[in-house]
Amino acid sequence: MSNTVAEESPVSKITEQAACYHCGQDCKEDNLLKDGKNFCCYGCQTVYDILSENDLCEYYSYDAKPGASLKNLAVSDFSYLDEKSVRDKLLIFQSDTFCKVEFYVPAIHCISCLWLLENLQRLQKGVIRSQVNFARKRVTIEFNPAVVSLSAIAASMTSVGYAPLVNLEEKTTKKETHPLIAKLSVAGFAFGNVMLLSFPEYLGLDGTEQQLQQLFSYLNIALSIPVLLYSSQDYFKNTWTSIQQKQINIDVPIAVGLAALFFRSTYDVLFHVGPGYFDSFSGLVFFLLIGRWFQDKTYESLAFDRDYKSYFPLAIQKQVGEDWKPVVVYELAPGDVIRVRNMEVVPTDAKLISDQAYIDYSFVTGESKPVKVHEGDLVYAGGRLIGEPVILQVEKKTSQSHLTSLWNNAVFQKPKESRYRKIIDQAAKGFTWFVLAFSIVSGVYWYYADPSKMWLILTSVLIVACPCALALAAPFTYGNMLRVFGRHGFYLKNADVIERMAGIDALVFDKTGTITQGAATVIFTGHLSQHEFSCVKSLAASSTHPLSELIVKHISGHAQWPVKNLIERAGKGIEGEVACLPIKIGSVNFVGANTLEDQTSSHVFVSINGEVKGHFTISTALRSGIKDTLTQMSGVPVAMLSGDNESDRDRMQTVFADNATLRFHQTPQDKMTFIQDWKEEGKQVMMLGDGLNDAGALKQSDVGIAVSDNTGVFTPACDGIIQGSELRRLNLYLRLARASTVILKIAFGISFFYNIISLGFAVTGYLTPLVAAILMPVSSISVVGFSSIAVGLVSRSILKKSS
Amino acid sequence: MNIIVLLIAISLTIAILFLGSFLWSMRSGQFDDTYGPSVRMLFDDKKVKQDPQKDIDQRQPDSQS
Repeated sequence: MSNTVAEESPVSKITEQAACYHCGQDCKEDNLLKDGKNFCCYGCQTVYDILSENDLCEYYSYDAKPGASLKNLAVSDFSYLDEKSVRDKLLIFQSDTFCKVEFYVPAIHCISCLWLLENLQRLQKGVIRSQVNFARKRVTIEFNPAVVSLSAIAASMTSVGYAPLVNLEEKTTKKETHPLIAKLSVAGFAFGNVMLLSFPEYLGLDGTEQQLQQLFSYLNIALSIPVLLYSSQDYFKNTWTSIQQKQINIDVPIAVGLAALFFRSTYDVLFHVGPGYFDSFSGLVFFLLIGRWFQDKTYESLAFDRDYKSYFPLAIQKQVGEDWKPVVVYELAPGDVIRVRNMEVVPTDAKLISDQAYIDYSFVTGESKPVKVHEGDLVYAGGRLIGEPVILQVEKKTSQSHLTSLWNNAVFQKPKESRYRKIIDQAAKGFTWFVLAFSIVSGVYWYYADPSKMWLILTSVLIVACPCALALAAPFTYGNMLRVFGRHGFYLKNADVIERMAGIDALVFDKTGTITQGAATVIFTGHLSQHEFSCVKSLAASSTHPLSELIVKHISGHAQWPVKNLIERAGKGIEGEVACLPIKIGSVNFVGANTLEDQTSSHVFVSINGEVKGHFTISTALRSGIKDTLTQMSGVPVAMLSGDNESDRDRMQTVFADNATLRFHQTPQDKMTFIQDWKEEGKQVMMLGDGLNDAGALKQSDVGIAVSDNTGVFTPACDGIIQGSELRRLNLYLRLARASTVILKIAFGISFFYNIISLGFAVTGYLTPLVAAILMPVSSISVVGFSSIAVGLVSRSILKKSS
Repeated sequence: MNIIVLLIAISLTIAILFLGSFLWSMRSGQFDDTYGPSVRMLFDDKKVKQDPQKDIDQRQPDSQS
């Protein structure tokens, strides 16, 4: 019997078992049945059990399949939360009978989550009240510390799939959008009222109503003062800093224009020259702030600020006298003795005291096979322990260790923006000098032609030159493009990334998780009965070796048989007696088979009663569609850097074009150096990778994109996140990025066109308040309208081709 | 024409009151979470045995700063 699991085949999804009642995933590995409901794993079923015990099954009625999958849930220990130093940092308020804490829970995503977390008091005794802030994914819990401890609350949240993410260094900062909205509301308020008070002037007031006109004008001044001093203060501040840095950005002409508008209008009113341009002034600020608000709104849903520290353990068991006590990792000192358990990350460089240990360094090197370490050897920070708990002696403080030093590398700190000049600033620079020169020339001309009009013309030129439409073009073009990308599983950090993407002319890929699928394919070749399969599964389930875990996942049904006489031989295999059958699984020699192992994939042989029954072939599958994508990219230099060994070279050769650079055995440092070299050759490099080990390279590249099969789970510092399934559209995304810079340039063109028309009015002295009040909004609206519509059309036509 | 002056004074006062109340409500955090409250009101209250904790809950000082 050949039992194949086609992980990605859509057919299997339709024909195979139902979706999990809890998390909605396919129940292909263990199909568990309880109360007539399907569950994909014990984790999901346990959550269901807990909820039904506590009469909380309404959870499932608010949103179908609301749970998060618990298959990959890491074992976490929250006992450190009860340490006084940690408690003091976390609690917002504490007394003997009342405490308040705020947790960040990344799993919050639907109504059911909200409902369950707000009914936490029914699940955990001692919780008084909990309230969820859905937008910030935070839950505030009030509890009675005499009844329940902080760690017990965290543990019971974890037990139902809502593990809090504790970050001790984080300062709870309020969102920065609020001042902007306040400024926007003040500007909007002033704009509406000034408009109302200016209308009588435009419609014509006769001589008898002079006094009213005066009153209206003074009210306009009063209403515009808060707009100048409060709403538009950022533009003046930015102008000041950019002048100090001797750089000109878009804010400089805006600030000059706003100042000219306000003071000219005030002068007009005070000296009875005219009604002034207050409606244009407040309208301008209002539109500009809308543009900025739109820009902020686009980014806020994504949190890119998690760094490697989120993946570090927060606390570790330290030996104190005879006892083990949880301590915060930052408090570890050289010489401390610590205990690390299965699947925990070693927080700092440490010497092994136990006999031996298997350490998975995939975080650091990308090599996924565990390394065997002997007594006295140094274990580096970032390694994850596989198997038995071990005891280690700390060698360095956490902050100085291997992984931290990689991250503290100087290149990481260098801001990219200094190297890259944004299109908008380039345009603004030329524009500003042109406007200044133009206003001086026209001023000089009018000085000789009619000196009384000189100041009028000069200020008119400065007013119409205010590049409001120019400033709106970029946020709306890029903002809409970011939304388009976001709808298609490609999330970018900010608009600058689109600009940098447009210039990309070299691509670097990571192998594992990028070119290949993270999930492995397991194929069994040989003959085993259904009963024997379940026995093999039971045996494999008792080992934590990565290959055993894959086998366990592969065989359906569950590990129901007790295992007797279990012997695990490290690096060879395991043997044991399951349901009266002596079974061995492991390497060729261990099992006693006489087949040649081939290099490209790992084999696990099975023998029952001393007879070799067959073997599991475990290989990582190529991502679907990746080959086509790479073929389309053949025009630009492409490279693949992998931390793994060369066993996959042949297969990679077939995927990549002939001229592609393929490198294996790459450390994170090598990857960074490689990208740096390409950049020094003048290439604009885009790096795609997953995993923390690529973080350096992602940061080093011009555009670093993290490939993730589950967004929100892993986001190293990067410029964007792409869903694994969308990687095949990479080429289209690059084209879209290029298209959006073209759209932006056309929008600039439209904006300049309006500026030239209004300059015509200005130099001839015909820029009346009415003309200004019409021209300025029209130019802004047409630029915003053009860029939004153009982005919509272009993205539809480009993305349609792929689907 | 004095009536217009009066009307403008009234309308501006009301507008400023509304602006002020908007700014106040924003500062006090009423716009922090625009999704939660909209679904929270739809949850059914389940008839649970009155919890002794409930009383403690109501007596607690609001420590929001």
